Amino acid sequence: MIPETGHFALILALFVAVVQATVPMIGASRGDRAWMDLSRPAAVAQFLLIAIAFGALVTCYVTSDFSVLNVAQNSHTDKPMFYKVSGVWANHEGSMLLWVFILSLYGMGVAAAGGNLPPALRARALAVQAMISVGFILFILLTSNPFARLDPAPFNGNGMNPLLQDPGLAFHPPMLYLGYVGFSMAFSFAIAALIEGRVDAAWARWVRPWSLLAWCSLTLGIGLGSWWAYYTLGWGGWWYWDPVENASFMPWLAGTALLHSSIVVEKRDTLKAWTILLAIVTFSLSLLGTFLVRSGVLTSVHSFASDPARGVFVLALLVVVTGGSLTLFTFRAASLKGGGLFAPISREGSLLLNNVLMSTGAGTVLLGTLYPLFTDALNLGKVSVGAPFFNSVFLPLMVPMVMTMAIGPMMQWKRGDLAGALSRLKVAFVLALAVAVATWLLAGGSASPLWAAGGLGLAAWLFVGTAVEWAERVRLGRCSFGEFLQRCGHLPRSAYGMTITHAGLAVVIVGITGSTAWKTEQIQVMHPGDTVNVAGYQVTLDGTQDNVPGPNYTALRATFTARKDGRLIAVMHPEKRQYTMPPRPTTDAAIHTNLIGDLYAVIGDPDGTGGFVTRLYYNPLVPWIFIGALIMVGGGLVSLTDRRYRVGAPLRTARAAAAAARA
Amino acid sequence: MTARRLFAAFALMIIAAGPAFAVQPDEMLKDPKLEARARELSKDLRCLVCQNENIDDSNADLAHDLRVLLRQRLAAGDTDQQAKQYLVARYGDYVLLKPPFNAETLVLWLGPGGLLLAGLGFAVAYYRRRVTAAAAADPAAAPLSEAESRRLTALLEDDKKS
Repeated sequence: MIPETGHFALILALFVAVVQATVPMIGASRGDRAWMDLSRPAAVAQFLLIAIAFGALVTCYVTSDFSVLNVAQNSHTDKPMFYKVSGVWANHEGSMLLWVFILSLYGMGVAAAGGNLPPALRARALAVQAMISVGFILFILLTSNPFARLDPAPFNGNGMNPLLQDPGLAFHPPMLYLGYVGFSMAFSFAIAALIEGRVDAAWARWVRPWSLLAWCSLTLGIGLGSWWAYYTLGWGGWWYWDPVENASFMPWLAGTALLHSSIVVEKRDTLKAWTILLAIVTFSLSLLGTFLVRSGVLTSVHSFASDPARGVFVLALLVVVTGGSLTLFTFRAASLKGGGLFAPISREGSLLLNNVLMSTGAGTVLLGTLYPLFTDALNLGKVSVGAPFFNSVFLPLMVPMVMTMAIGPMMQWKRGDLAGALSRLKVAFVLALAVAVATWLLAGGSASPLWAAGGLGLAAWLFVGTAVEWAERVRLGRCSFGEFLQRCGHLPRSAYGMTITHAGLAVVIVGITGSTAWKTEQIQVMHPGDTVNVAGYQVTLDGTQDNVPGPNYTALRATFTARKDGRLIAVMHPEKRQYTMPPRPTTDAAIHTNLIGDLYAVIGDPDGTGGFVTRLYYNPLVPWIFIGALIMVGGGLVSLTDRRYRVGAPLRTARAAAAAARA
Repeated sequence: MTARRLFAAFALMIIAAGPAFAVQPDEMLKDPKLEARARELSKDLRCLVCQNENIDDSNADLAHDLRVLLRQRLAAGDTDQQAKQYLVARYGDYVLLKPPFNAETLVLWLGPGGLLLAGLGFAVAYYRRRVTAAAAADPAAAPLSEAESRRLTALLEDDKKS
């Protein structure tokens, strides 16, 4: 009964979405207020119905209703409750339901918080949003129904991939989808603006919080995925340039460009057509990511061709959404007249340069990800495009990018003074040079790669440059302490957001550089009592314990003690787990961190003579990658609380009117 | 079935996984310098049966064979280039994670540079167009002519003197 209720609610949601996609759109072109305003209750109704469907599926998982095919295939009664719930989105059907659930959540957000939007813009944006809903709900109902029954119901389920039974991965898909789907808001507003033929500062201000929220979620989602890979996969790698990682990285790059170009629209009323195009591209890349991951095309073009139902559907959606919106764009872009002029050397100019580099970066990742598929499909032979390619092509693009990140914010709008900005950045330059030289000397000159010195120098340049910009704004050290505090208080939160996020990226760069340049690893067979030296730590295998019971696995558990100069640093317990359902082994690394670096221990197979294969790593500065990512997300959230998003113009008028009435 | 594959599997939400064990101690060469070269080279070589994964990380049997083969070549005195060439001769360019520059990969290698040039070209064209458009729309906003800028400099100089 519960799954049928969910299924029925989803079908109803489809009909609501169809109404929401058409009636307000027609109303907006006719100027009929009642038809337009239907978009709000429709968005709320759509959300409630999809919430019922999603809740029904969660209930099936929580109660282990194995008469539902999806639950039987992906759950098990022995699974801890936490993973029963996260199991809902750890499979194709459930994750697509989560996708539309989040889509409708954003739609309801606009309906609820969009009281100050012009009615026609709101109606059109919600209608576009509903069109996307229609596509994806149809996709679920026609090809990926999570509510399908199974008769007879099995005694127990197949269980969930043990690698996915992890707190990091439980939250990874929802965050990723909040990001992917969040960019649909920028897309819907862009299409609505194209239909209206009007993009202005107010438009940019309405869209910005949604893009910011999406960006923060996507950043967090990618960070969680990377963290999970780091501690789960067993040797401390955190980024592999795998197609599925690239699928989430491309919208991130395009979305970052979008956030920056929309600043120009908001402040200077120009770069409009470009910003609209970026909004379309960002969401299209999100859809492309969904297509790549969902269709199986990554495994092989041919396996996609042999079972194409789902892949073709998403591909068709992608073509309709991207093709349709780009066609609309080519017809309407010319009508978006730019406002303020600006010189190449200016704040706008540097933001435009950021956009060129970010878009090239996104294009490069796209090219590298799709290239093997194209050569395969066109029978040009099989080509591998892996991490070495991306590192050698993508990283050089990011160096000028990070260099301009420190300079751009120092520029004035319209016409900047490059020489002046550079001379104000003297401190940053000197410190960056000092860091680079110190790195080179301390890390042993030729023993460490030269680029490591460059990487840390670049990070110092960005960090100090960002700090200098902030110090200038609040006149640190150039005015009385009282005035300084006052200035700190008056600086808009969006400015703090920029400072924090840019500084966070500097921290990430330190982590990437350090972990890549100075990672140490010891792989060997150890017998209990053996000691191995890893980066100055003496790591002893004290012993192992077999058949340690877990909730749904048994583990081989090792005890390592790490000492430095005879002093006990940490006792570590890596495990090799054997899950019961599905029967599959996993490794559970033990990590001891002091925030400067991680000592990372993995226990492997026994060698038959009482010894075990052990892998011991010291991963310097890896925590900085994840801390830096969190700082970036924090900066985005600070920016999200900026006064100009909290205080809407109509609200102010209403208050003034109320005050006038009282007086 | 290795780590990278696992990562893919997770995102694909496909259930296919195994423990990620790559290089084994018994495969490693005695000479640490030679072994270090083997490890470095392994990162550029693809495990042919895996999804986008190098042989150093992979747990597949084929990756094991390739690791052993690579080490045999190095121990026999091959240079890095020769060892790579040996594997390419056997398995084709597909074994290289960084594809060589040739007719098939022309677009791949030149694409990023082309995109960057196109982007910069668009930006330059944008600046030019905007300046001319603004000048056409409002003659007062046109850039100063040679004579005008000379006159402006002269006026400013006068201003400084007085």
